[in-house]
Amino acid sequence: MIQLIVNGQSRCFPTANRAETQDQESSARVLNITDLLEHMGLQGKRIAIERNGEIVPRSKFDQPMLADGDRLEIVVAVGGG
Amino acid sequence: MRKRETILDHLNIAGKDYSSRLLVGTGKYKDFSETRAAVDASGAEIITVAIRRTNLGQNPDEPNLLDVLPSSQYTLLPNTAGCYTVEDAVRTLRLARELLDGHTLVKLEVLGDPKTLYPNMVETIKAAEILIKEGFQVMVYTSDDPIAAKQLEEIGCVAIMPLASLIGSGMGILNPWNLQIIIENASVPVIVDAGVGTASDAAIAMELGCDGVLMNTAIAAAQNPILMASAMKKAVEAGREAYLAGRMPKKLYSASPSSPVEGTIASSSAPASKDKSI
Repeated sequence: MIQLIVNGQSRCFPTANRAETQDQESSARVLNITDLLEHMGLQGKRIAIERNGEIVPRSKFDQPMLADGDRLEIVVAVGGG
Repeated sequence: MRKRETILDHLNIAGKDYSSRLLVGTGKYKDFSETRAAVDASGAEIITVAIRRTNLGQNPDEPNLLDVLPSSQYTLLPNTAGCYTVEDAVRTLRLARELLDGHTLVKLEVLGDPKTLYPNMVETIKAAEILIKEGFQVMVYTSDDPIAAKQLEEIGCVAIMPLASLIGSGMGILNPWNLQIIIENASVPVIVDAGVGTASDAAIAMELGCDGVLMNTAIAAAQNPILMASAMKKAVEAGREAYLAGRMPKKLYSASPSSPVEGTIASSSAPASKDKSI
């Protein structure tokens, strides 16, 4: 398991690697941002992400960068003046 | 000749021409369809949006503002509303740039106090310096202090946006004299941002020589927001044309009637002015 703080909320996500996973649930593993977005039902949404205060460009969403305790901000555009 | 002048009268911000001088916010509407209808009635080309944490684990099919107001049709101006520090404002706009595919035109506001939403100018100037170094084109919300406004321009802000009165107050233009000084000193567009309450406020701002007006609550909080959006469009256009036309001087009285003095059928001449007998 990996613990991430997403939008201020602490959450746990599965990270079992291939060797440990016997039950074909490998798609539920959260190793990178793409996995995380899929896990939270946010895939394909217009969002931007910051990890520990730094922007994560979309080109890096597939890189295995997530570490225990990471602080992530996932934002959208909303109405405002 | 005059007509031609009106057609060519564009608002130029950071090298891009806009035909509308009304900029509108997208907050406080009852739903996205009302937002869209009001934006369209206003004729605004530049519209502000806020950047917020997405709802986690809730309705995944929630409509997205960017689907209703796509960046292909409008110039989106992400703001830093709700930011009270340099760090929060800078982080918010970096996220906005990422969200909007490298879009650099932004509205910076760093607030000083949640009660009045008055800007913190020390933090605003620091944030503007950082953002401009990072390649952002910064339209900046400021107090109506002519010195702060000049400093923001010197740093490299692409538009200076002084308040007319406090955000959401609808109090109108409280200090036209300061706005006039800011306009006179500025070589970048000056856009009144905040405080407009009704159409006449917008017209007055434009008659003072402002290059544009940015508003949200005046439209969204009207009884009929879409009708008010249309009123604001006309007020901004009317104010701009009046400014370009150059108003007549104010006089206590003119002794110069609009109709000819000669040729009236009156049998007697006008009574002698009492003043003359003195």
